[in-house]
Amino acid sequence: MILSAVDAQTLVDAVGLGAVYALMAVGIGLVFGMLRLVNFAYGQLIMAGAYTLAFTSGWPVAGSVLACFAVVIALSFLMEGAVFRPLRTQSPAVMLVTTFAVAFLLQAVALILDIRDGTIGEPAVSVASLNQVVTIGGVDVRKVTILAVVVAIVALALLALLLGKTTIGLQMRAAAADFRTARLLGVKADRVIGAAVLLSGILAATVAVILTVQFPLVSPDFALKETIVVLVGVVVGGIDRLWTATLGGFAIGFATGVINGALPTDKTVFLPSAVFALVILVLLLRPAGLFAGGRATAVDRV
Amino acid sequence: MRKGLDAWIALLGPALLVVLVGIGSTFVSRANEIHFLNALVAVAIVVAIYVFVGSSGVLSFGQISFVAVGAFAAGVMTVPLESKTGVLPDLFPLLRDHTIGNVASLVLAAAVGGAFAFLVGMPLMRLSGLAAGIATFAVLEITHNLLREWIKIGPGATTLSLVPETTGPLQATVGVLIVIGVAWLYQRSPLGRKARATREDPAAAQAVGISVHRQRLWAFTLSGALCGFAGGLLVHMLGSITTEQVYLELTFLTLAMLVVGGVTSLWGAVVGALAVSGLDSVLGNAEDGIGVGFRLDLPEGSRLVILGGLMALMLILRPSGITGGRELRLPRRRTA
Repeated sequence: MILSAVDAQTLVDAVGLGAVYALMAVGIGLVFGMLRLVNFAYGQLIMAGAYTLAFTSGWPVAGSVLACFAVVIALSFLMEGAVFRPLRTQSPAVMLVTTFAVAFLLQAVALILDIRDGTIGEPAVSVASLNQVVTIGGVDVRKVTILAVVVAIVALALLALLLGKTTIGLQMRAAAADFRTARLLGVKADRVIGAAVLLSGILAATVAVILTVQFPLVSPDFALKETIVVLVGVVVGGIDRLWTATLGGFAIGFATGVINGALPTDKTVFLPSAVFALVILVLLLRPAGLFAGGRATAVDRV
Repeated sequence: MRKGLDAWIALLGPALLVVLVGIGSTFVSRANEIHFLNALVAVAIVVAIYVFVGSSGVLSFGQISFVAVGAFAAGVMTVPLESKTGVLPDLFPLLRDHTIGNVASLVLAAAVGGAFAFLVGMPLMRLSGLAAGIATFAVLEITHNLLREWIKIGPGATTLSLVPETTGPLQATVGVLIVIGVAWLYQRSPLGRKARATREDPAAAQAVGISVHRQRLWAFTLSGALCGFAGGLLVHMLGSITTEQVYLELTFLTLAMLVVGGVTSLWGAVVGALAVSGLDSVLGNAEDGIGVGFRLDLPEGSRLVILGGLMALMLILRPSGITGGRELRLPRRRTA
């Protein structure tokens, strides 16, 4: 019924948004699976990548993108070693608030680096050519939207292969299901966590490239809003499993796009209210996750 | 005997600290007074959050929405009548044509915060864990969005100004003492104990007949009322406010204060709020250059780096907070 009010243009944009959010959801979900840690600072990894692209604007595109990947992956390992590792045994609340502090810290560092030229915000021009529009069947599609969807599908397919067909993938799935038992059976904790951090870093760098193309002016709060929305989506989808988390990320992006198209123009300012009201509704009906089987109760049985 | 004394110390320790800060604010320059008042209002907000998060063990990102509605209720209703139609012409007539006094506005802020929290809490308190955290966050987003865009109930995206600046040292101190007093009474009451029972072991609490939902709802509503009240103090301190000031940044900062201090104690909430806001003020002054034995002159923007770094370090080294989540009590001899 809602869909009838929505045209093809809205759907294309919604799918594009959903694809980017799904990539971020995988990055967050992978680390959560291993460490039971909700990484709020994930957006700042993406922000760091975006700044790398901006500061290397003069380089050839390939070099700039390579630098972005190198910086983001290095930073995600640094974050794991310096922050996540000492926190492994702590309560979820402490871990989450610590990642707030890390996010806060990284934003402040970015601000200091950014403000050296007297203005806040750095343009990233080298990758801007992807922002061109091609028209397919009367629908305007930006090249980066196509890129985002293709990258999301390829990345998820590769990830499915990795998790399903390789030893490290099997070990990661075992660790996500029950970390202690997996360790007892000989899964090396540092190895699976390292693999999850590496993969989530690669995904963060990929998202950094895609988002920088769409929003070429990079500022310290780059990707902050997106991260918050994806975190919400991940929990709504079901954070306990990677696929439900990913679907949740995609769903909230897609829903945001569709509701934005469906709302009358003078009411689009209330888009966040509509989306988050939907979030509350879904959480009340299915607290364990929209795509997770079964119902969670408020009280765990002993 | 000793137990009774400890209970009083758990009230008097935080109260004394707050009074000292209040008195301290009258000895410093006008420019520095605002730092002391800021710290006091931060204590009010953090203690209000503690009443829910500390008692129930459920992490809420939504308490700042009650601070926001309290702040805007108290603010909108105290803008002088003669300038109100000029600055806020689109309000509902009921709001536009009436103005109330300072104390009445604080009571109103508490009432609005409490009522809003009760309404929101009724469905939401059935959730727990991450789902509860995200749902309360959704409340914050919706509240912010409505306050920002709905100009019939407030100033919308513009700044609400001309609010009487009544939160001086006296009102700030008394206000915070009220919040601390209520929080202390609550945690000593049967209700508070039941709420803590649901925090420690929900299944066991249910088995002895305590309703997890009802206890969480009580804590949430009381916390909402105190948050609204703190919001009233805040708006009367600032004199002008935008919706952005009671949104994400304040949410993260106040939660960080609570966790840094120690989530499960009143003492922790007070110490955390004072420590973090004190550090913030000192570093802010240091960016402009101050002498503290040696001359401290930090580069612009380094305040936030140091603050973020120290908070992360603190949580890594001492995850249960400065106070370890325990109330203040007399030092006692170690028994073998």
